[in-house]
Amino acid sequence: MKPLESTIGSMPVASLPAPPPVKAPGTATHCPYCALQCGMSVAATEEAGVRDVVIAPRAEIPAGAGGLCQKGWTAGELLTNGSRLTTPLIEGRPATWAEALDHVAARLRRISAEHGPDAVAVFGGGGLTNEKAYLLGKFARMALRTSQIDYNGRFCMSSAAAASIRAFGMDRGMPFPVTDLAGADTVLVAGGNVAETMPPFVRHLARMRERGGRLIVTDPRLTPTAKAADLHLQLAPGTDLALALGLLHIAVAEGYVDEDYVAARTTGFDAVAISVSAWWPERVERVTGVPVALLREAARLLGTAKRAMVLTGRGAEQHAKGTDTVSAFINLALALGLPGTEGSGYACVTGQGNGQGGREHGQKADQLPGYRKIDDPAARAHVASVWGMDPGDLPGPGRSAYELLDALGTPGGPRALLLFGSNPVVSAPGAGRIAERLAGLDLLVVADVVLSETAAKAHVVLPVTQWAEESGTTTNLEGRVLLRRRAVAPPSGVRSDLAVLSGLAERLGHPEGFPAEPRAVFDELRRASAGGPADYAGITYERIAAETGVFWPCPAEDHPGTPRPFLDRFAHPDGRARFIPVNHRPADEEADEEYPIHLTTGRVLAHYQSGAQTRRIASLVRAVPEAYVELHPDLAERLGLADGDRVRVTSRRGGAEVPARITGAIRSDTVFMPFHWAGRASANLLTNPALDPVSRMPEFKVCAVRVEKA
Amino acid sequence: MRLVVVGNGMAGARLVEEVRARDAGAEITVLGAETAQPYNRVLLSNVLAGTSRPGQVRLLDPSWYAEHGVTAVFGAEVTGIDRDARTVATADGRRVPYDVLALATGSEAVVPPIPGARDAFAFRTLDDCRRIIEAASAARGAVVVGGGLLGVEAARGLAGRGLQVTLLHLAGHLMERQLDAEAGQLLGETLAGLGVRIRTGVQVAEVLPGPGGVRLADGEVVPGDLVVLACGVRPLTGLARDAGLKVERGVVVDDELRTSDPAVFAVGECAEHDGNVYGLVAPAWEQAAVAAEVITGRAARYRGSRLVTRLKARSVELAAMGETQVDESADRTAEVVRFSHRARGTYRKLVIRDGRLVGAILLGESPVVGTLTQLFDRGGQVPGDRAGLLFPGLAPAQQTDSPVRMPDSARVCQCNNVTKGQIRACWEAGARDIASVAAATRATTGCGSCRDAVEGIVGWLCEQEGVSA
Repeated sequence: MKPLESTIGSMPVASLPAPPPVKAPGTATHCPYCALQCGMSVAATEEAGVRDVVIAPRAEIPAGAGGLCQKGWTAGELLTNGSRLTTPLIEGRPATWAEALDHVAARLRRISAEHGPDAVAVFGGGGLTNEKAYLLGKFARMALRTSQIDYNGRFCMSSAAAASIRAFGMDRGMPFPVTDLAGADTVLVAGGNVAETMPPFVRHLARMRERGGRLIVTDPRLTPTAKAADLHLQLAPGTDLALALGLLHIAVAEGYVDEDYVAARTTGFDAVAISVSAWWPERVERVTGVPVALLREAARLLGTAKRAMVLTGRGAEQHAKGTDTVSAFINLALALGLPGTEGSGYACVTGQGNGQGGREHGQKADQLPGYRKIDDPAARAHVASVWGMDPGDLPGPGRSAYELLDALGTPGGPRALLLFGSNPVVSAPGAGRIAERLAGLDLLVVADVVLSETAAKAHVVLPVTQWAEESGTTTNLEGRVLLRRRAVAPPSGVRSDLAVLSGLAERLGHPEGFPAEPRAVFDELRRASAGGPADYAGITYERIAAETGVFWPCPAEDHPGTPRPFLDRFAHPDGRARFIPVNHRPADEEADEEYPIHLTTGRVLAHYQSGAQTRRIASLVRAVPEAYVELHPDLAERLGLADGDRVRVTSRRGGAEVPARITGAIRSDTVFMPFHWAGRASANLLTNPALDPVSRMPEFKVCAVRVEKA
Repeated sequence: MRLVVVGNGMAGARLVEEVRARDAGAEITVLGAETAQPYNRVLLSNVLAGTSRPGQVRLLDPSWYAEHGVTAVFGAEVTGIDRDARTVATADGRRVPYDVLALATGSEAVVPPIPGARDAFAFRTLDDCRRIIEAASAARGAVVVGGGLLGVEAARGLAGRGLQVTLLHLAGHLMERQLDAEAGQLLGETLAGLGVRIRTGVQVAEVLPGPGGVRLADGEVVPGDLVVLACGVRPLTGLARDAGLKVERGVVVDDELRTSDPAVFAVGECAEHDGNVYGLVAPAWEQAAVAAEVITGRAARYRGSRLVTRLKARSVELAAMGETQVDESADRTAEVVRFSHRARGTYRKLVIRDGRLVGAILLGESPVVGTLTQLFDRGGQVPGDRAGLLFPGLAPAQQTDSPVRMPDSARVCQCNNVTKGQIRACWEAGARDIASVAAATRATTGCGSCRDAVEGIVGWLCEQEGVSA
C-alpha cells in the first residue's frame, strides 16, 4: 500500500479516531464560493502567531443540507494563506493607503475632466456581497457619474435572467426553496453539473430519487451529475435550444400540455405551439444527436409527473443564443403547467456566490438597485431621491461586460478601469484580446485579496478583506438573503471594498453617502430597493440570523418574505406568464475543415472560477493540479494521442497547451477544458466572444478548435 | 425587389421566411394553391396514426404574414408565367409582377393507371389525411398500396387505429430505395408483429368499387374497405415546362437554385439538382436557405444534400442514410459492417469508404442513431473500433465499484477527493464506522452519494479482519 500523506486537507489523520465536528464553536456564516452558499461555522484560534481555522457545516441552513465539498472544508486556508496582499501597490511599489487612494482619485479626476465621465469604467463581480454591489453601483453613478459599469455576472446568469424577465416579469433565479426539489417526481437539469459545481445540491436530488423521482440531465459530457441521472441526453454542444423545442413538440403531440393552466395563467401559447411544429423528434435527433427514443422518454417523464422541475445551468445558457435557449426551456415548463405551481417550477441554477444578489442592486449596466431598470423614469426618481441627487444627473445604460472590456483603451472607450472581485484576464472570452485591452488603459485599479493575473497587470493594486474577515449579505440561488459574518480579524494593512469606495468617494467630493460599515450600506440598500422587484425593505441582519435567511421580495419588516413568488400571479402587469416564440440556430462558430472539433468549457470540483482563490490552496491543487483537455478515445486514436500527452488546442482566437485526459465520458466530436487556469493553460484564450443579442452573454460553451500533439 | 413565390408548402413557406429574415425591405408575395395555411407535411403520418394532433401541423401563425409585410394569397392557382413581362397569372385573373420568381410547386401523388384508382385515397395532403381518418373510423380493414416510406408509415398508423391492414408492394422488399433486402425483410417482420400483413412482389390490377379492396394481377382479391395509395410522388413541373424552362424529372436548377432563366428559382420537391429530385423536407429547407442567400445578393452554393430517412412509426425504429446497398463481391472499396439479430428485429449496417461513413441502416432501437447520423452528416472519420461504433456499451468499464477489486488509487468521494487508499489508512488508524471515516477524511460530507461505497469498503475491511462492522 502506498504511504498515506500525513494530512488530508488541513485535518490530521494520525490522531484518529476523532469525534466528528458536529457543533464546532465558531462564527455562523456561509461558504465563500458558489451560489448554494452552504452554511458553515468558522472557528479561528491563534497560537504563537499561527492561526488555525476550523470549519464545520451548519446543518440548519437548508440549501447546503449540512454538506460541504472540498472547497468549503478547505476555505479556511484562504484565511491563513501566505500569498495575501497586505499593502497597496502603485506601479508595483508598496505605498500607503493614503498615497494609493490620493493617487487613484487624482488620476480619475483628471481622466474624467479630460475625456468625460464615461472615460472611467467600473467592473464588479458576482462574488461581491449585496452591500458591495450596491455601493459600487452608487459609486459609479453618483461619484464618478459614469454609465460604464458592468460585472462578470454577465458571463454567468445573464441569459437566464433575461429569459426569466421576458417570461415571468421578474428574475428570481430559483423562485422556490431548493428543498422543494426533494418532493419532485421528475427534474430536468439542462446543461448543469451540480455534482461538481455545487455538490451538496445533489443531496436534494438524492432525496428526490429516494422517493422514486427521476433525474434527467442534458450534457455533452457524461459528468458525475449525468452518471447519477436516470436519463442522460448527450447532446452536441450548441444544440440545447433544438432539444428544448423538440421536447415541447413531443409534449404537444402526446397531450401533456396543461391546458387549464395555459389558459388561466399564460399568454402566447398558440404562437409557440406553431413554432415547435417544425421541430419534430426525428429532426431534433439529427441536430442534437439525441436518439428519438430518449427524447420521447424525457418528455414522458416530465409530462406525466405530478410535480416536475426544469432547471437550466451554464451549459444551456452560455451561448450566443442563450436567452432564447432558456426561453425554450421555460416555454416547455409553462406548457406543462410548472412555474408558479407549488412543488414544481422552472429555475436557473445560479453559479457565483452572490450571483443572484449581485445582479439585483445596480452593478449591471442597465440597472438600478432593487432590480430596477435604469431607463425607467420612476425607478430613476426613486433611487435618485434615496441618493440625494437629481434624477437627471443619473447616467443611463452603459456597455455590457464584454463590450466594456473590449472598448477599454480604444478611441471613445474608457481609459481608466476600477475592478472589484473579478479576474477577466482568465475569465473573459477571447482572454488574449482582453489582456491587450487592459494594457491599453491609462489607469487600471484592481482591488483584490491576492495578486490575481489581472491585478498583476494593474497600475494600482488595493489589498482588500475577504469573506470571513468582513460581514455582509449574499442572496443565494434560491433568492434567500443570507448573512455572512466576520469570523476572523483581517491581516493588518488591508481594507474592505466598502472602505475603498468610501475613501475614494470622499476624495472625489462625497464625504457623505458612502459608508464603510456594511450594516449602514445594507440599510440604505433596503430603502433603495423598496418598491422594486427585488424588494429588501423588510430584511434586517437580525431577521436573517433569526430566520436562517429571508426570501425576497420582502417589502416590510412584518412581511414573512416570499419563498415562492409566482404562486398567485406572475410579475407582468396582467399577472400572466408569457410564452416567447424562439427558434434554433447554429452556433456562432460551427466546426469546419480547419477547426473540426467542438470545444466546450466548464468547472471542476476542486476549483472555482478563475482559480485565483483555489489555485492557492494546497489540497485543491493536489486534487487537480493543472488544466487539461478531455477527449474521447476515438478522437485520441485518430489524433495519435495517449493519455497525458501534451496537446495544443487552437481556435481562431488563440492557442492553449495542456495535457490530454482520455475518457469515454465525452462525445467523440467534442473536447472539454476547465477554465480555472491562466497563461498557456487558459481555456478562455480559445473561447468565442460572440454575444447573445439580448443578454450580451458570450458563447463560452461552444467554439471550433483544432487539437494536435504539442 | 419584388419576389413572387409560387407554392406555399414546406419549401415555399420556408423560402419566404428565409428571405424576410435577410431582407426587411423586399416586397414578397406568396401564392398558394391550397386554401390552407402552410402546414408541416412531415407530420401527416403522425396525424394519421393519431400521434400528432391535426392542429400541430401548422407551420406559421396566420398573423405572421401581416406582421412581416408578406402578401399571401391562398387558393390562388398559378396558370402561367410570362417571363418576358415578368408576371405570373392566376386562375382568378390576377397578374402579379416579379423581379425574382421562385417556384416551390412541390409534387403530386402518383396515381397508378389502373381501373378504380380514383376511388382509392391518395395520401399526400392534409385534406387526404382528414379523409382517410374519417373513412378509417368506419372501416375494419384497409389495404395500403405501396411499401415505400409513406406507405409503411400509413400502414403502421392505420394498424395503430385498430384496422386490419394489408400492405402491398411491387418490389421484392419494403422501402427498396433506402434498404437492402435483409433490412427490408426484417422491417416487414417487425410490421407483421404489429399487425400489418405484408405482401411483396405483388402488382395491383384494380381497385374494386365500394368496400371491395383490390384485385391483384394474378386475380387474387385482397379485401379491405379502405384503400390507400402511396405509390410515390411526381414533381409538379407543368408551369415551368409551359414557360419554357428546362425540365427533366424536375425543374432543372444550378448550384444557386436558378432555373434556366436566371430570374427564376426553384426549390423543394419540384426542383432537380445535379440529377437528383429530393422528396424529403431537409433538402428542401437547405435549398430554401441557399436560394434566400442568393436572392438577397449574397454568395452561396447548394452542393446537394445528405439524405437521412427516419421512419415515423410507433414501435418501429428505423433510420437509413446515404448508400445502403453495396455489392460487396464486386466493390472492394467499400467496407461493410453488419450486425443482424432477426429474432429481435435488430439490423445494423454501416457502409464506410475511405474511413468515412457513407451509409447506414439502423433497424430496431439503437443508442447510436444520433451519433451515426451526425457522423454521416459531417463526413467525419469513423474510429478504428467499428464494433464500438455500433455498440458503444462494449467499452470495458474503467473502474469497478466493488470495494474488493477497486484499486487503492480509485477516488471514492469525488466531493472531497478521498481515495480508497485513504479510507483504508483511516481504517488502519482505527476508524471502524462511517462517521469516523467521515470525520477523518470528509468522505460522504459533500453530495453524500458515496455513502454506500464508503460503507462497503469499511465493511469489507472489517470482514477481512474478522471484525464485525
